Amino acid sequence: MSMKTYSMAIRDVIAEEMRRDERVFIMGEDIEILGGVFGCTKDLYKEFGVDRVRNTPISEAGMIGAGVGAASAGMRPIVELMYMDFTLVAADQIINQAAKTRYVFGGKAEIPLVIRGQQGIGRGNAATHSQSLETLFMHIPGLKIACPSTGADAAGLLRTAIRDNNPVLFFEHKALYPVKFEVPDDPDFMIPFGKADIKRQGKDVTIVASLLYVSRALEAAEELKKMNIDAEVIDPRTLVPLDMETIIESVKKTGRLVVAHEAHKTAGWGAEVASQVTENAFKYLDAPPFRLGAKACPLPFNLELESAVVPSVNDIVNAAKAVCYQR
Amino acid sequence: MISKEKKRWIYQTMNQIRWFELKAQSLFEQNKLRGSVHLYAGEEAVAAGVCALLRDEDYITSTHRGHGHCIAKGARLDFAMAELMGKATGYCKGRSGSMHIADFTKGNLGANAIVGGGIPIATGAALAAKLKGTDQVAVSFFGDGASNEGTFHESLNMAAVWKLPIVFVCENNGFGISVPVSQSTSVENISVRSVGYNMPGITVDGNDVYAVYEAAEAAISRAKAGDGPTLIECKTYRHLGHWTGDPQVYRSKSEVDDWKENKDPIKKFREKLIEEGTFTADELDAIEHAAIKEADEAAEFAIQSPEPDPAHVMDDVFYVDKEVVQ
Repeated sequence: MSMKTYSMAIRDVIAEEMRRDERVFIMGEDIEILGGVFGCTKDLYKEFGVDRVRNTPISEAGMIGAGVGAASAGMRPIVELMYMDFTLVAADQIINQAAKTRYVFGGKAEIPLVIRGQQGIGRGNAATHSQSLETLFMHIPGLKIACPSTGADAAGLLRTAIRDNNPVLFFEHKALYPVKFEVPDDPDFMIPFGKADIKRQGKDVTIVASLLYVSRALEAAEELKKMNIDAEVIDPRTLVPLDMETIIESVKKTGRLVVAHEAHKTAGWGAEVASQVTENAFKYLDAPPFRLGAKACPLPFNLELESAVVPSVNDIVNAAKAVCYQR
Repeated sequence: MISKEKKRWIYQTMNQIRWFELKAQSLFEQNKLRGSVHLYAGEEAVAAGVCALLRDEDYITSTHRGHGHCIAKGARLDFAMAELMGKATGYCKGRSGSMHIADFTKGNLGANAIVGGGIPIATGAALAAKLKGTDQVAVSFFGDGASNEGTFHESLNMAAVWKLPIVFVCENNGFGISVPVSQSTSVENISVRSVGYNMPGITVDGNDVYAVYEAAEAAISRAKAGDGPTLIECKTYRHLGHWTGDPQVYRSKSEVDDWKENKDPIKKFREKLIEEGTFTADELDAIEHAAIKEADEAAEFAIQSPEPDPAHVMDDVFYVDKEVVQ
C-alpha cells in the first residue's frame, strides 16, 4: 500500500498499463508537457514519448472518434477529456458510434476505449464545467460507466476499464483529485465492474452514493450514529453494470433506502435504483425510497450558490431520519 | 499503368455494385426489402477506382450510401444483400440493415448512418497504423454534405497535424437530399477546403475511373511515404433518388437522363476499354452478365435465408470475456 492522491493513483495506473501493453496510449488536451490540467498524466510523456502521450487539438468529436477508430484497428486508446462536460461536444461519437459499433456490426467488433476525465462541483467552474453527467450515458446501452470514490477504487476500476474490450466512460471527481488515499501497489490490482462496495456496515438505513457523495454519506452516517441510527453506505462503483443485488440485499436488511448523488435528481440514476428496489423488494420497505440529487437548476458559479444546488451532508442526515420516521 | 487484371477487377466491381443496387431497388419495389436504402448507382467509379489500390489490411469507413464501398472492399454480395433484408446470414446478423454494414476482416470499419460520423473513425484507424508502424492506409469516403459537418474539419486538421496515412475521399453528387451544393456549401470545389488544413486537394471527374484511380494512387503513395493526408473530391451524380421512394422534385428528368446517357461511369469505362483494346465487347458483356447473375443469386440467397432469432436480440451489446465472469 502507498499513500497517494486520487490523481496520482490514476496517473500511476495509466503508466503501468502503458508499460504492460504497447497498444495502450492516451490522447487529450494539454496532457503532454502540462500533464493535464489536473495532473493525471504528469510526466508520462517523458517515459512514453509524445506519440503515446499525445496532445490533441481542441476537437472532442475528432479525438473520441479517433479513439473509436484506433480501437477498431487494434489499439487500446484512453481519451482524456479535460471536463466530462465536453462529452456533449462529442455526443455522436460516444452514443451513436462507440456504444453501438459492436452490436450493429453483429458482435464482430471490439472497442476497447476508455474515455476519462473529471466532473462535478468544488471549484465553482459554473454551469458548463461542473455538471454530473453519468446518468445521461447510463441510459445508452453499450457503454460501461465507472465512478470511483477513492484512490484505490480509481486505481482498481481504471485498470479494469483499460483491460476491458468495451467502451468505458470513466467519471472522476475534481474535488477528489488532491485527496490522499491508501492505494494497493500491485500492478495487477483490479476491481471487477458490477461489484458494489459496502463502505460502511449498518442495519437501520441503506444509503447509496457515489463519487464525492460517498464521503458525504459516510460523514452523515457518523452524525446519524449520534441519533442511534446505524446507516449502511453502499458505493455501486460502476453504474453499468449496476450491482443491484448488493443494494437490494442491504435494503432487505434495513428496510429503508436513501440515494444521494450529485447528478440532478430529476431522472437521475437514483431514480433507477429506487425504482428497482421498489420493484424487487417492495415488501421489505418500511418507508418510501428517498432520493437526493442536485436541484433542477444549472450549476451556478458562486460557491455558496453551487453548494445550494447540490445535497449537503445535512440533507443526507435529514433524509435518513425521514425514512426512519425520526424527523 | 494499370494492369489488365486490375482493369478487369475494376470493371467487374463496378458492375457488381450497379447490379446489386438495381436488384436492391427492385426488391424494395416488390416489398421484399425495407428500410432506409440509399443506392450508389452512378457513383461506382469512386469506390472501385479507390479500392482497387487497397489491400485487405487497409481501412475504409463508409457512409449511409455505403453498399458500393463495401462491395469494392471485398464484401460478398450474398451476405450484403442478406443484411439489407435483415436476415440472420447478413454481415451483421440482421442488426444493421443497409446503413451499418461492416467487415473488419476486409478492413471495412463500417458504413455509417450519421453524416460525417465515419471520418474521425478512419482518422483513428490511420493513427493506429502510424502508432503500430505498419504501412496500412485508411480511406474515409463521405459525401458533399459531410464536408459541412464539424467532424470533417476536425479530422482533416488532426490528420494534417499528425501527418496520418489517410485519404479523404469526398463524393460530391451535387445534392444533400434535395438541397443543391450551391445552397449549402461555401465553395464550388470542396477540394479547396484542403488549403485550410495544409494538405493537397484535388477535384476529379468522379465518373472517370482512371481519373479517380490516378488521384487515389498519388494520395496513397503520399500517405505511405509519411507525408500525410490528401483530400480528393470526386464530382459525380446519383442516378436514383436519395433513397428508394424519393420523389426527386428537386431535379429534372432531363438532367438525370443526361447523366445516365452521357456520363455514366460504367459506359464511359466500357468505351475506353474497348477503344484502347484491353477487352472486347464480348469479354465485357461476359463480365456484366456474371455480375447480373451474382446479384440475382445474392437476392435468392437473401430471400431464402432465415430471419434472426429474437432470442439472441440482446447478444453482443457488450463484449463478454468468457474467462472473466463479471
